[in-house]
Amino acid sequence: MSWETVIGLETHVQLSTKTKLFSRASTAFGASPNTNVNLIDCGLPGVLPSVNKEAFYKAIRFGMAVNATINQTSIFDRKNYFYADLPKGYQITQMDLPIVLGGSIEINLDGLTKTINITRAHLEEDAGKSIHDEFDGFSAIDLNRAGTPLLEIVSEPEISSAKEAVAYMKAMHQLVTFLDVSDGNMAQGSLRCDANVSIRKKGDQELGTRTEIKNINSFKFIEKAINFEIKRQIKILENGEKVTQETRLYDSSKDETRPMRSKEFANDYRYFPEPDLLPVVISDEEITKIRDEFPELPKEKEIRYQKQFGLSAYDAQIIASSKSMADFFEAALKKTKNYSLLSNWLIGEISAYLNKNQIEIHESKLSADNVAMLINRIDDQTISGKIGKSIFEEMCESGSSVDEIIKSQGLKQISDDGAIEEIILTVINENPDQVAAYLAGKDKLFGFFVGQVMKLTEGKANPKTVNTILKNKLK
Amino acid sequence: MSIQFKTIVELRAMLDSKQISAAELMQESLGLAKKHEELNCFVTMNEEQALKKASAIDLNEKTTSNLSGIPLAQKDLFCTEGLRTTCSSKILSNFIPPYTATAVKNLEDAGSVTIGKTNMDEFAMGSSNETSFFGSVHNPWKKEYVPGGSSGGSAAAVAAGIVPAATGTDTGGSIRQPAAHCGITGLKPTYGRVSRWGMIAFASSLDQAGPLARTSEDCAILLNAMSGFDSKDTTSLNTEVPDFLENINNPINGIRIGIIKEFNLADLDSQVQERFEESKKTYEKLGARFVEVSLPNISASVPTYYSIAPAECSSNLSRFDGVRFGYRAENTDDLNDLYIKSRSEGFGDEVKRRILIGTYALSAGYYDAYYKKAQQVRRLIKEDFEHAFESVDLLMTPTSPNTAFKFGSKGTQNPVELYLEDLFTISSNLAGIPAISIPHGLVNSLPAGLQLIGNFLREDQLLNAAHIFQKNSDFHLLKPDLEGSQ
Repeated sequence: MSWETVIGLETHVQLSTKTKLFSRASTAFGASPNTNVNLIDCGLPGVLPSVNKEAFYKAIRFGMAVNATINQTSIFDRKNYFYADLPKGYQITQMDLPIVLGGSIEINLDGLTKTINITRAHLEEDAGKSIHDEFDGFSAIDLNRAGTPLLEIVSEPEISSAKEAVAYMKAMHQLVTFLDVSDGNMAQGSLRCDANVSIRKKGDQELGTRTEIKNINSFKFIEKAINFEIKRQIKILENGEKVTQETRLYDSSKDETRPMRSKEFANDYRYFPEPDLLPVVISDEEITKIRDEFPELPKEKEIRYQKQFGLSAYDAQIIASSKSMADFFEAALKKTKNYSLLSNWLIGEISAYLNKNQIEIHESKLSADNVAMLINRIDDQTISGKIGKSIFEEMCESGSSVDEIIKSQGLKQISDDGAIEEIILTVINENPDQVAAYLAGKDKLFGFFVGQVMKLTEGKANPKTVNTILKNKLK
Repeated sequence: MSIQFKTIVELRAMLDSKQISAAELMQESLGLAKKHEELNCFVTMNEEQALKKASAIDLNEKTTSNLSGIPLAQKDLFCTEGLRTTCSSKILSNFIPPYTATAVKNLEDAGSVTIGKTNMDEFAMGSSNETSFFGSVHNPWKKEYVPGGSSGGSAAAVAAGIVPAATGTDTGGSIRQPAAHCGITGLKPTYGRVSRWGMIAFASSLDQAGPLARTSEDCAILLNAMSGFDSKDTTSLNTEVPDFLENINNPINGIRIGIIKEFNLADLDSQVQERFEESKKTYEKLGARFVEVSLPNISASVPTYYSIAPAECSSNLSRFDGVRFGYRAENTDDLNDLYIKSRSEGFGDEVKRRILIGTYALSAGYYDAYYKKAQQVRRLIKEDFEHAFESVDLLMTPTSPNTAFKFGSKGTQNPVELYLEDLFTISSNLAGIPAISIPHGLVNSLPAGLQLIGNFLREDQLLNAAHIFQKNSDFHLLKPDLEGSQ
């Protein structure tokens, strides 16, 4: 029997606003527990929410980027359920009138593009965090995250494999980071998704019974969790049994999904319009302002990099595909004029280093200024490209400035003709046999002489100067 | 000279002429509270802080506010920083808020002094003050009678002359009905006139804070201080607040008062009817013209209210879960058990009943039939009022179908009996418009209240019409015999 997978994703994007959705408490990640919490966040009796418009602007920017309809009047609703990390006993979210309706996003997989339609995207507040394993006999609650603005983006069930789901999430990551609506940090939970997975016989029109895998927060886990679930469901169906509609959790340590024993079961959330908030109306002026200040997206950057800085299509595409790389490139451009050398380094040495260490450029010790300095020192021949590579290693290690490294390690290139000539004469005098062989026609030995000069200068001699003088002396 | 039963205006004159100092006034007021402890008006006193503030006021010569040094009582549903705030519930019996409600803060910033927190129906759910965890408040006029509710402690404290005025909140009549039953004046302002920040929510779309006092003029003084837009409450109205005293003495001849056709007053107690007819005559003498108006949907007010208010309450009261503040049950097995025990032990019967009704009204499959339908009817009722105010300036009804009743005589078997107490008051909450209750005589030695309902944001008209009535009648001057009342 041939089976077909149908996947819909609910993506939770944490919006990068300074303060929470309904309070003025900070959203900074990593603060000590319960410090980014005010009266509103802990749901004290008598407190009321007030809307943070910045979250709306970011949501609207996202909506515009995916060509969605923007609901300029949107209403908040209460989703009622009890949980210890949900201070009010309800979550403020949007049910009937979400801020973003419709739209679509393009995904790339194996050189092909596919359009995935978006059902809706709505604003809601995040819950706090329950910590069950740190205190013996107690559960602890950290409300720092409570009230953080989330944009929940719901896709149509148009994704047909785990790989496509990953491509969708990568496209989403690229989009939200370029739009500056989120930092996209998956490890910190800024971008996570719930996957609705179902299986049906190939050609069937009706959807199979779905399960929902909650809270997946890495590209790798998305692929693994969905693939596990696909196999599990196919096995059930092939045994002639039925898939149970349920919420499941992916356990990465065991690489399996299993049913959640939780609040999520067959709950009646008793949605109703939030009476503490009036409908939020976004004016035409605000919409115009958001449109006018729209950030540059990867495709536009790609074209501009080619036109403005003469980058090759390939280089431009690679640099423009990651927000952190593009930001780095643009910052470094302010300090160096050798665009092509800069892009070569970004795509070559720097990308290799980042890939090897599995980090993003902003997480490394490299600064745009320092890399620009490195390019400039190679460009003005203070150092050779080869020395540049060893300096780069040191930069990655210590973060020290290029000039400091050159100075402290005495790496300045010798470009002085007199000094190089002296060394060349020494090499010629010490290797009469090789000189004779070379003059007899063994051209390959030229490299030997260059190598000897470099050895004596510890690689600091300007290779161009060495070449010119050597050729002269060996005539 | 006793300060008991004095109005704010009278106390102001005494303070300004140095007949009494603020500290002495506070001592007197606190003394009266103690003397009439048996009325059970207060849940928590603020003696030390009140005396401290009063002494500070005495040292500071410059005072321009007419509320400076005036003792007030606050309904125990307003959060007060450092002062226990219970909502008369066991579940908040240990709750000391870290902040003060805007309405109270505005009054305190104007120089008034909070002497204590007043008893009420638990979470403002009730019309008799019998649902308080701290015991019922007694009606100063007859002690075996209820004071009305839910702001019963505030109404009784003013009626007993302990304080000249107090704050209350009104979700379906909770200021006006106890004001009527205790023979004082109480105003529910337009929804959004006074900030709800720091007011512990019962039904968010209906709750509104307002003053209870001996006169319409004193209500105006309080409202002046309480009102105003508050960025912390986005449902508060961002509109200019007039000086409610400015036009309070304007003549009212020519004013058009509507009598609501659908309220069949002939069904009421004959003496309540009689009072109403008398007040009509008084207003006619003052130049008012009476018009019959029809509000075709108003008879649906009570069921509409009892769908919306419990629905909102069921959600608003979810935060009382024993996790972060308030009462927490002991010896619980797990989180669910903690919720169940804390809430079962912490809430009283009426609160539980309304949480259950509201949960039902919001549940899947019933939402459309109850909550949504009720919101649609609410809109119709609001439109009825808008239509009525095209031809009249004010509407007039009795505040309550009856005067105060004896403890335990109503609603114990059938809660709906008690819900009908709110028949005349509920519709103005649904419409979000202001209404005032003023005393207009006694029925069997118990006060009866007259309600005037005004158009959106027209508290000035209400206060004016009430003040002119009080300038031409003595009902607001009647005092209960606290020594003799049994």
